[in-house]
Amino acid sequence: MSDNLFTPIDASLDTSYDFSRPSTSYWQDVWRRLKKNKLALAGLFIIILVAIIAILGPFFTAYSYSDQDLKIANQSPSLAHWFGTDNLGRDLLTRVLYGARISLSIGIVASISTMVIGVLYGGIAGLAGGRIDDLMMRLIDIMWSIPWLLYVILLMVVMQPGLTNIFIALALVYWMPMARIVRGQILSLRELEYVMAARLAGAGSWRIIIKHLIPNSLGPILITATLTIPDAIFSEAFLSYIGLGVSAPMASWGVLASEGATSLRSYPFQLFFPAIAICITMLSFNFLGDGLRDALDPKMRK
Amino acid sequence: MLQYVSKRILSLVLVLYIVITATFLLMHAIPGGPFTAEKKLAPEVLRNINARYHLDDPLWQQYTDYMGNILKFDFGPSFKYQDRTVNKIIADGFPVSLQLGSLAVLLAVAFGIPAGIIAALRHNRFLDYLVMSSSTLGISIPSFILASLLIYFLAFKIKLFPAAMWNGFSYMILPSISLAALPMAVIARLMRSSMLEVLSQDFIRTARAKGVGQGLLIYRHALKNSLIPVVTYVGPMAAGVLTGSFVVESIFNIPGLGRHFVTSIYNRDYTVILGITIFYSALIVFFNFLVDIAYVLLDPRISLDKKGEN
Repeated sequence: MSDNLFTPIDASLDTSYDFSRPSTSYWQDVWRRLKKNKLALAGLFIIILVAIIAILGPFFTAYSYSDQDLKIANQSPSLAHWFGTDNLGRDLLTRVLYGARISLSIGIVASISTMVIGVLYGGIAGLAGGRIDDLMMRLIDIMWSIPWLLYVILLMVVMQPGLTNIFIALALVYWMPMARIVRGQILSLRELEYVMAARLAGAGSWRIIIKHLIPNSLGPILITATLTIPDAIFSEAFLSYIGLGVSAPMASWGVLASEGATSLRSYPFQLFFPAIAICITMLSFNFLGDGLRDALDPKMRK
Repeated sequence: MLQYVSKRILSLVLVLYIVITATFLLMHAIPGGPFTAEKKLAPEVLRNINARYHLDDPLWQQYTDYMGNILKFDFGPSFKYQDRTVNKIIADGFPVSLQLGSLAVLLAVAFGIPAGIIAALRHNRFLDYLVMSSSTLGISIPSFILASLLIYFLAFKIKLFPAAMWNGFSYMILPSISLAALPMAVIARLMRSSMLEVLSQDFIRTARAKGVGQGLLIYRHALKNSLIPVVTYVGPMAAGVLTGSFVVESIFNIPGLGRHFVTSIYNRDYTVILGITIFYSALIVFFNFLVDIAYVLLDPRISLDKKGEN
């Protein structure tokens, strides 16, 4: 046999280390499991419905959320005002519809910003390991042991209440659990056999991060992000209650509910409608979050 | 054990020291002092006030003075209320919050744990769905809405309980239910999922095969092993509930610690904020310590002296 029978192969054509499979099948699997969970599906459906109502609803009401008319103040629900009117004669249905926009956007913005900060911080801590990881986690421990309320109220006192500052205040707090979860995931994943196998097969750090670590920690990240939304809406309602919510005449559900709570004895409907809106939305997000947890975490599959 | 406890107390002191320092600096980084919010004071008056409370001292000196006083358990005077010290405010508010909080923690544990066990035993059956749905409802209602609804239905409509104030046991019921709802729901969910996990393990099957009855099986074999996540949650939760919830205390007009805390932040009452924060953090650290001790009592496999494994 002579040498000219053989041709050298370009090393870059060798794809034998390429262990990845089409990742869609995992998500199809998740979707299949999620579909079986009736409560989670109902939650998803209601969330979509609430989102559509929040976006389109205000266009279909004849009233503005800020126009006051004291002649019709505190009216009970009627054909003209389905949810009644508040103490300044504003149509409560319109205010609840606008409130949906504000409360939902608070939840979504809080969730996205926590995800970004938490994944970056936790990811860096988990990948760096050692002393850097220790330092970064102790920092969270310290920040965590100072009461949450103290930060938020101080922040709001310094920056004046308002929508943007609620975003900042909530993001400042909620990134910490997210960072912890991401770091924990990265730490345990990078010790696993398949990561070692990938490394042995010659995959570089970036390839491991993008192909293995991120997709595999996506489940817990997604669950936490989903459950951050009701948490944020919850906290915003609480901030509204102590007078640090969005500024008038804008009103989130939390503001509406706390306004309603003050005239509870005479006009209970002013509390009931925003309260029902908050509870239904929170329930839906919680059911969806639980469903996602069961669908994404194969260990919980029972 | 002894070695662990002393190590733990050392780290407790360290954490508290860092919290105090961080809160102290945070407090002084905020623009506007406790006396700027009120009507304009004459500059001399302001100077006198600042001198009286040592606010004109350099920051490091204020800091060392404060630390020195804390070692003597003296949290200083309130800036807002001339005749009250922080120690007095905590001594007045905490017992009220403690009573209310203990009842709430008791309620949460007494109903949450059995509910979780029942749900796990009836997995994917009616009772399970009932417990899961109502506990999801429990984590979906903000406490001020729940409190308002309770007042409306149980105090206004059926005059079963008083709507507000603090005059004895019947006044504690509605507020403690409002406080307990969320932790109760969380405990039920934690208990259910950890019980499900334990019930699927081999030693449970072995016990069943030996013919251990259902009641004994749950009590002797499953309960202790599945309590750990619940205990982990209950520790810090109890500290939070015991130090008072501002919302519930203010809705029911209860003179507890939580209400003092939020008003003090509004008033920039530095010393009160610092005092209550330190008190609160100390309580949290202490409860976490209790949690670790409880681990050992629950699970002999966990050893406190060897911390290398996790």
